[in-house]
Amino acid sequence: MTKLDSKIPEGPVAEKWTKHKFNLKLVNPANKRKYDIIVVGTGLAGASAAATLAELGYNVKAFCFQDSPRRAHSIAAQGGINAAKNYQNDGDSIFRLFYDTVKGGDYRAREGNVYRLAEVSVNIIDQCVAQGVPFAREYGGLLDNRSFGGAQVSRTFYARGQTGQQLLLGAYSALSRQIGLGNVKMYSRTEMLDLVMIDGAAKGIVTRDLVTGEITSHAGHAVLLCTGGYGNVFYLSTNAQGSNVTAAWRAHKKGAFFANPCFTQIHPTCIPVSGDHQSKLTLMSESLRNDGRVWVPKKVGDKRNPSEIAEDERDYFLERKYPSFGNLVPRDVASRNAKEQCDADKGVGSSGLAVYLDFADAIKRLGENSVRAKYGNLFDMYAQITGENPYKNPMRIYPAVHYTMGGLWVDYNLMTTIPGLYALGEANFSDHGANRLGASALMQGLADGYFVIPYTVGDYLAGIGPKAVDKNHPAFKEAEDKVKAQTKKFLSIKGTKSVTHYHRELGRIMWDYCGMARNAEGLTKAKGLIKELKEDFWKNVKVLGEGEELNQSLEKAGRVADFIELGALMVEDALNRNESCGGHFREEYQTEENEAKRDDDNYAYVAAWEFKGEDKAEELHKENLKFETVKLTQRSYK
Amino acid sequence: MNLTVKVWRQKNSKSEGKMVSYNVKDVSPDMSFLEMFDVLNEDLISKGDEPIAFDHDCREGICGMCSMYINGRAHGPKTGITTCQLHMRSFKDGDTIVVEPWRASAFPVIKDLVVDRGAFDRIINAGGFVSVNTGGVPDANAIPISKIDADAAFDAATCIGCGACVASCKNASASLFVAAKITQLALLPQGQVERASRVEKMVAQMEAEGFGACTNTGACSVECPKEISQDTIAKMNREYYAAKASSKNL
Repeated sequence: MTKLDSKIPEGPVAEKWTKHKFNLKLVNPANKRKYDIIVVGTGLAGASAAATLAELGYNVKAFCFQDSPRRAHSIAAQGGINAAKNYQNDGDSIFRLFYDTVKGGDYRAREGNVYRLAEVSVNIIDQCVAQGVPFAREYGGLLDNRSFGGAQVSRTFYARGQTGQQLLLGAYSALSRQIGLGNVKMYSRTEMLDLVMIDGAAKGIVTRDLVTGEITSHAGHAVLLCTGGYGNVFYLSTNAQGSNVTAAWRAHKKGAFFANPCFTQIHPTCIPVSGDHQSKLTLMSESLRNDGRVWVPKKVGDKRNPSEIAEDERDYFLERKYPSFGNLVPRDVASRNAKEQCDADKGVGSSGLAVYLDFADAIKRLGENSVRAKYGNLFDMYAQITGENPYKNPMRIYPAVHYTMGGLWVDYNLMTTIPGLYALGEANFSDHGANRLGASALMQGLADGYFVIPYTVGDYLAGIGPKAVDKNHPAFKEAEDKVKAQTKKFLSIKGTKSVTHYHRELGRIMWDYCGMARNAEGLTKAKGLIKELKEDFWKNVKVLGEGEELNQSLEKAGRVADFIELGALMVEDALNRNESCGGHFREEYQTEENEAKRDDDNYAYVAAWEFKGEDKAEELHKENLKFETVKLTQRSYK
Repeated sequence: MNLTVKVWRQKNSKSEGKMVSYNVKDVSPDMSFLEMFDVLNEDLISKGDEPIAFDHDCREGICGMCSMYINGRAHGPKTGITTCQLHMRSFKDGDTIVVEPWRASAFPVIKDLVVDRGAFDRIINAGGFVSVNTGGVPDANAIPISKIDADAAFDAATCIGCGACVASCKNASASLFVAAKITQLALLPQGQVERASRVEKMVAQMEAEGFGACTNTGACSVECPKEISQDTIAKMNREYYAAKASSKNL
């Protein structure tokens, strides 16, 4: 039944990429300008891909929904970017980065892809420095590194707490240069609303100009989706307000398989929800757990002020349960334990959905000034949002949706199941398995854009030849008409409830039943609830204004409609996976000590889902994961 | 708390705009300023009125998309933050808050509080980069950079391109934005080869976009959410004169 060919090259893991690069077909320099490549999204993956392909000589059209390509949400990444440079002489290597990433992903990622990621990580740092990215440095002028969760070496490069911003501005500057040279045509405030297929291959996209509302189409020999993750399916997440799944989802409905949709990452150190008005959650770097101690009151329902709770009345639950890793357990473990405490009615703050992260001991030990020097900007951010002073009172934190490991299924060349359609960065599923390690998202986005796609896309293009895509083909008009019809439909419903209402409802369902912990009963219930929500949405949603103007409610209506459908697939995927692994925790499958219990015999596969038609069940395809290099073990942080 | 919010409403770039007054009830001090706008917009939708269009995205002060001019100040009454980081505890019950878009002829209004900042991108396209292609670059540690220079370059590089500097300037000058990029790259060894041509091209593009001239009032730096120093403008001017004195583009 499987149609999936991962195209992982044969041979030892360390030689696969080198060998594969040699076997890829090339496009000669004079022919490159005859090919048009469409790049959707201008975050780390999109901007780096668009710039690099234009440098090679291809005609590139790049698209983003923001008002400038510089604003894509990669910009918000704080901590850093991993690379196996071994500048610290502390025993790092490409193999070790590869190994840590496969293990951190709880053995649900492809060995071949992850090894390549580790291999090109070293080139990324060189490239960024050459562009003028101001990484942190030592006094001797060389680059500084810090350590990060899930690793025992210091391999993380950083630019204060704004690494994502600096890397994105580096990629944006390379892209800007190509725009200025006329090699990239940039379309800002433009959203992709459908994929155009001719004879089963991707040949273009339909877009809406968000200012004029004009719906038009663009032709290309290949289409690259660099559109990020789908964390906003939960309504509240650390994603930007505009982050959405629409481009990927509409490609999915045209035949691109969606892989492991239920693999989502919940980050443990975020600022808790303060009320119904909340529109997003703010993450604080997990480096805080180096010095902060996590605790809740021992007594159930204890609402006293933290300063009134004596030392022996506090439960430092991470230190108690995981004496060797303590507060530094990986993200999924820390998040799940916070939830467990709150479920037992030991949560703190007015909502009861928070635990304390206490720096009193660190301030006593190091002094307030040292703590300020290390974490000052994070403490300021906390004070800004909550109005409380974290030097005096413990912070309140709670987990929040942060990253999605699932995404469009891609082969080793980053091509989806649709010929000519590629997915890069967070939009694909390939490198992080069931849990992503800190500082690896930036690495993957730039690896795909700078160093993988420029090689692999050429192989496909050389195969199809440079003949121009026929813009008069009826497929373009058909796809445009479909998008126009959807716009009309939204505006004609004239219901009673706003788009935001539906988004919030969907988020509640997803968080309650498909969030940090899942079980078959809850997931089955969620299936019914999402179905009802979808029906209600298409009957009662209220979208004001017109189609031919800037209309933010209309934009959001399309995105929420897609999130509702994606939500249903995530639930289906979570129900199918009868095991716990990484960020996917099924309560029925846990060890006696309440840890995730994998089932490698039955679930060491990628679940890739095929769309079969509106309101029809999707078909599951399995790509079995082969572990030739790394031995599967049970993760333990005790 | 209950507030009166006066907001600039403008259907599109061609139509005339006007201030419209709204009452917003039950505002929590924990809301961000943009969440207060969400509440107002939900209320407008329920009444069948079109919601107010405004730019926003990350809501954590780094994307540079939000852009409200609040009570006569870019990003509101506090310094060092963007509108999305402003919380309603900075206001009190009964306040009247006036909200306008960025005002500059180089930033035309698209709708309500949304303006077109494409001019900033075009300035970067003109020269705000180091011309290196992907691949073929030296090992990262082959380019040592003094920590002092690296930190100063970083400070300039934190610009989020929001345009508060332009909106705050009585001349609608983009000098702080342009100077931040020029300073970053002039301080780094990677930026030396194109140092002179970069400042010439970026300044020329800035002028072509219709931004005003700088008269060193310093409002830009005070209102900059990333607190980029006015010293960068002095640096830009030095770079510019040096480039012109030795210009190869005669």
